[in-house]
Amino acid sequence: MRHQFAALVAASTAVLIFAGGLVTSTESGLSVPDWPTTYGYSMFTFPLSKMVGGIRYEHSHRLIASTVGFLIIILAVWLWRAEPRQWVRRLGYLALAAVITQGVLGGLTVIYLLPDPISIAHASLAQIVFSLTMTIAVVTSPGWMRAYSGPTRVPNDRLLQRIAIVTAATVYIQIIIGATMRHTGAGLAIPDFPLAFGHLIPPNWDEKIAIHFAHRIGALIATGCVLATTGHVFYHHRDRAELVRPSLLLLALVATQVTLGALTVLTRKDVLINSLHVVTGGCVLATTVVLALRAHRARFARIANAGSQEQDPAYDGSLRSAGAIGAAGDHA
Amino acid sequence: MNVRIHSTLLAVLVTSAAVCGACGESTQPANAPAAATAPATNPVDPATAATITGSVKLEGTPPAAATINLSSDDYCVKNATTKTTRVYVVDAGGLQNVFVYVKDGLGNLKFPVPTTPVVLDQQGCWYAPRVFGIQVGQPFNIVNSDDTLHNIHALPMSNREFNRGQKLKGEKYQTVFTVPEVMVPFKCDVHRWMNAWVGVVAHPFYAVSGAGGNFELKGLPPGTYTIEAWHEKLGTQTQTVTLGAKETKPVAFNFKI
Repeated sequence: MRHQFAALVAASTAVLIFAGGLVTSTESGLSVPDWPTTYGYSMFTFPLSKMVGGIRYEHSHRLIASTVGFLIIILAVWLWRAEPRQWVRRLGYLALAAVITQGVLGGLTVIYLLPDPISIAHASLAQIVFSLTMTIAVVTSPGWMRAYSGPTRVPNDRLLQRIAIVTAATVYIQIIIGATMRHTGAGLAIPDFPLAFGHLIPPNWDEKIAIHFAHRIGALIATGCVLATTGHVFYHHRDRAELVRPSLLLLALVATQVTLGALTVLTRKDVLINSLHVVTGGCVLATTVVLALRAHRARFARIANAGSQEQDPAYDGSLRSAGAIGAAGDHA
Repeated sequence: MNVRIHSTLLAVLVTSAAVCGACGESTQPANAPAAATAPATNPVDPATAATITGSVKLEGTPPAAATINLSSDDYCVKNATTKTTRVYVVDAGGLQNVFVYVKDGLGNLKFPVPTTPVVLDQQGCWYAPRVFGIQVGQPFNIVNSDDTLHNIHALPMSNREFNRGQKLKGEKYQTVFTVPEVMVPFKCDVHRWMNAWVGVVAHPFYAVSGAGGNFELKGLPPGTYTIEAWHEKLGTQTQTVTLGAKETKPVAFNFKI
């Protein structure tokens, strides 16, 4: 039940990111000049009849954000009360702290008229919140729990672990560059695609062109990392469905994301395409995080064994008998 | 522990300060008046004052005005004064909404600051006027004549940026600009088609081209001036004019598409 709820929270976070993408794509971020009120009304009593123009996007974003915040509070409390693994409980606290910080950043960016650093931090932290909720959904899932108690030892592929982490980190850096591009107005600094002003390398440079080009180079590097990770999974772990499935999804998402990125330029930042590009980027990151988590599942099993034999009901001792007890442990 | 308490206090203070920054839809000026040093009387001798009469022409055919999608606000659908873009307003070959002003040549002359407010109205889901001028320190009133919500978002480079919501018909906000700046854009983030520009200058010698693209700059002291004309899409042009006492000289600007 916790897993289903965590999955719901993760899904609602993705919806929130899409709503946030719509706000920036429609340039509606300042259509509601006050915060936390909306034109002097309490956020929850603002009349629907007054949701006109850009207010529809900004105020909807605030309402969805409040809902997600409320759901994350419930999730954190639920984990605190019922989750035996302390490190998972801490993930709940972290998600709660992140979403509160996210809300404050959202308010500050309105009050201070969209300063780039705060807006970029707001956009980047959103993806962390999404990844955290997704992580909680994964580590509370039946499949994850079975790995603690299954009859066979989970393979511990250190190379996969490393490239999966590098891939997730690369995708996140690419997301930060994308957020920087978006909030500095550099989205069309290079107006053509796939070339840049008709060349492979832009013939002229300024700050915006540099940011935009960095995002394109970042896309190439991130795609390369994804291909390396998924290729490794297909070659070495084709029998492990829990790795193959997210790998296939990741390839599909990356293909979609690259297409959306190209279309964003070619359609001169069409609102829907631009917003889908934002949320698909979040989905790519979340999928790399899932893959990285599952690649590390054996190590998590050892952590559970070393640190919480008494308190982890998912751990029934069979893993110990399988000889998978490791020295590592966070004694969480 | 102390560090934690201090961090928490700091966070609370920063957040409170930020929240209070948004408090109150006051009608108080957002900027401190800068007209304290302005003289009470005009330094120009009316017996020698000269005039520039001019016109702004548009060469070429402007693109057809595009239809604007107003459907995001039913009030605007019903009450918009026009439903097409207003970038090029051409009248008998003359280009309207061009801000013309004395850019250089007045030296250290100081001029009285008018106490009559300049008014920017939100009317029929458009700004009225679209292009206008104001003196530094002159009261500036922004009013909402529409029965819908607007936000007035000024995006200056030198003056202070502000963003105010006006949810009620008849609501007014007063402010002043503290330093010269040509031009300061305004936009409504609720209604993306709403844009306006103000030229903030330190003297009274500015005008906006009207019918036939004509304009007039009156009461100038004799001298040599750089006159600049600004259009929202076509950029700027400058001309140098030398005026003798009581002289009236024509100046013509010719923008090309």
